[in-house]
Amino acid sequence: MKAPLVKLEALDHLWFQVTGTLCNLTCHHCFISCGPTNHAFEQMTLESIRDALEASRRHGVKEYFFTGGEPFLHRQMVEILEETLEYGPATVLTNGTLFDEAGLARLARAEGRSLYSLELRISIDGFTPEQNDPIRGKGTFQRAMRGVRQAVEHGFLPLITVMRSWGEDEDHAVFEGFVDTLRSIGYARPRIKLLPPLRIGREEKRSRGYGNDEVVTEEMMVGYDAGALICGHSRVLTDRGVWVCPILIDAPDGKLGDTLEESFDAFALRHRACHTCWLNGSICSNPSSNAAGLDVAGKRASS
Amino acid sequence: MLERFERVAVFGGVYSNHLALAALLEDARRRSVDAIFCLGDLGAFGPNPDKVFPLLRAGGVSAMAGNYDQSIASDLGDCQCGYTDPRDNHYAHLSYRYTYGRTSSENRAWMRTLPAEIRFMLGRYRVLCCHGSPRRTNEFLWESTTPTHFIDKLAVAHDADVIAGTHTGIKWHRRLASDRHFVNVGVVGRPENDGRTNVWYSILDARPDFTVTFVPLDYDHESLAREMEIEELPREFVETIRTGWWSTCLEVLPAKERKKGRF
Ligand code: SF4
Ligand code: SF4
Ligand SMILES: [Fe+2]
Repeated sequence: MKAPLVKLEALDHLWFQVTGTLCNLTCHHCFISCGPTNHAFEQMTLESIRDALEASRRHGVKEYFFTGGEPFLHRQMVEILEETLEYGPATVLTNGTLFDEAGLARLARAEGRSLYSLELRISIDGFTPEQNDPIRGKGTFQRAMRGVRQAVEHGFLPLITVMRSWGEDEDHAVFEGFVDTLRSIGYARPRIKLLPPLRIGREEKRSRGYGNDEVVTEEMMVGYDAGALICGHSRVLTDRGVWVCPILIDAPDGKLGDTLEESFDAFALRHRACHTCWLNGSICSNPSSNAAGLDVAGKRASS
Repeated sequence: MLERFERVAVFGGVYSNHLALAALLEDARRRSVDAIFCLGDLGAFGPNPDKVFPLLRAGGVSAMAGNYDQSIASDLGDCQCGYTDPRDNHYAHLSYRYTYGRTSSENRAWMRTLPAEIRFMLGRYRVLCCHGSPRRTNEFLWESTTPTHFIDKLAVAHDADVIAGTHTGIKWHRRLASDRHFVNVGVVGRPENDGRTNVWYSILDARPDFTVTFVPLDYDHESLAREMEIEELPREFVETIRTGWWSTCLEVLPAKERKKGRF
């Protein structure tokens, strides 16, 4: 069976694997198995990020995303975000355990000066320690909540991202549970985004891997809006080249080139994580950038 | 040959607010514009959607389709805003069912005839009117998530000197190098999440250089609120009309825009 090809419709989202696969945590659901000793990818230098920001203008990039690993392990993370905000909106995906007051104050000022939004996305996987800690590690609930409080005190409205480790019928209850918990620690207008699990990396062992039927076929792409997939509008810069999407960082064939310009080829959806994307669309984007939906002719795209 | 104007009124997002629309048509005439354009989203949110259509026709408004119009015209089942917050989804669903149920089949047929974009000349400027963006009807172009170089790319790709859009509900203007412009013309259907009850539309002028004037529009919002109550529309929607603060569908706001509101 031939895997369907997805072409890059526009380089809307530029991702930076800014701290490689290095993380201070070792969550059981981490789909790229990050941790303190995973050196598969190393940190990116500020210089390489500067070059990419400059190049991004030519490509008309719309939003910048920083992930890892844990971005705030990078000593120059605040500087990186300050500079990015001169180009466009920046989003940083963090576990919220490494904020320091001086850094947050600088980031708040940088966002205040900029035309653009700075989104702090903090991952927490349950609204109680009992739910969260078995997945993210002992004590991580309290530490992440402290991070949320720090961010809120500096005027941010962090977006809490939660991997769905329960049945979909419980979405509503979990959502409300998060709202109540976040309000109780002083986050008056919590923003929450639920994410589907990606059954690769460590998550494959935590719950289950993909079934044999979880593949994307050419048939499934008929009438489907491929531009809504992350690979249809993004590329990821790492310290060792450019990858197709932030999900397939561990896949050797996810690498498309050494430079951005070399990475614009179409990509075949032969990985099983692609099935999760096919079902859920642009799972890594922010709610404000709704990439899916209608083309100008009013054709119904992915649902 | 594109039609040429010097001074036009442009608005979006009527959301069934026929009282604001009537006020706008009067206000724009007083300000002597050559033409009036509506960038779509006629229904949703407000009461009695069918009241909007005769006003548009009588006012000689050139309209195009928004995501809501595409949805209602072809009964796509939802508003295509892509909410995941269960509360937002609940309200979006309620107002979709209400609007669909109260829009006559003639008006739905008329909506199917609306173009997906409108082009004209404003003085020497090539203007492209879209709903969300020139490439996607429901793309949100917020001021705080739209880099200048990105708009540049759109303007070049779509052969436009001025791109006008709506869809997000909050107006803004960016001047690009080489005297190109992006204008989000705002919406007349609901206030702008700033604690004021007025709504906004835009006047674009090119005599001789391009300028945009954002016009605050007062209308009888209390009557609209009462009509919404009679129609048993969600209390949260009515509150927005009375207070000027959004309390639903907030999840699509980027950080900066969200911080400016109350909820
Ligand atoms: S899920 Fe995030 S915080 Fe957890 S180990 Fe992976 S990169 Fe680190
Ligand atoms: S994992 Fe998702 S984003 Fe990555 S290539 Fe597959 S479909 Fe595209
Ligand atoms: Fe819209």
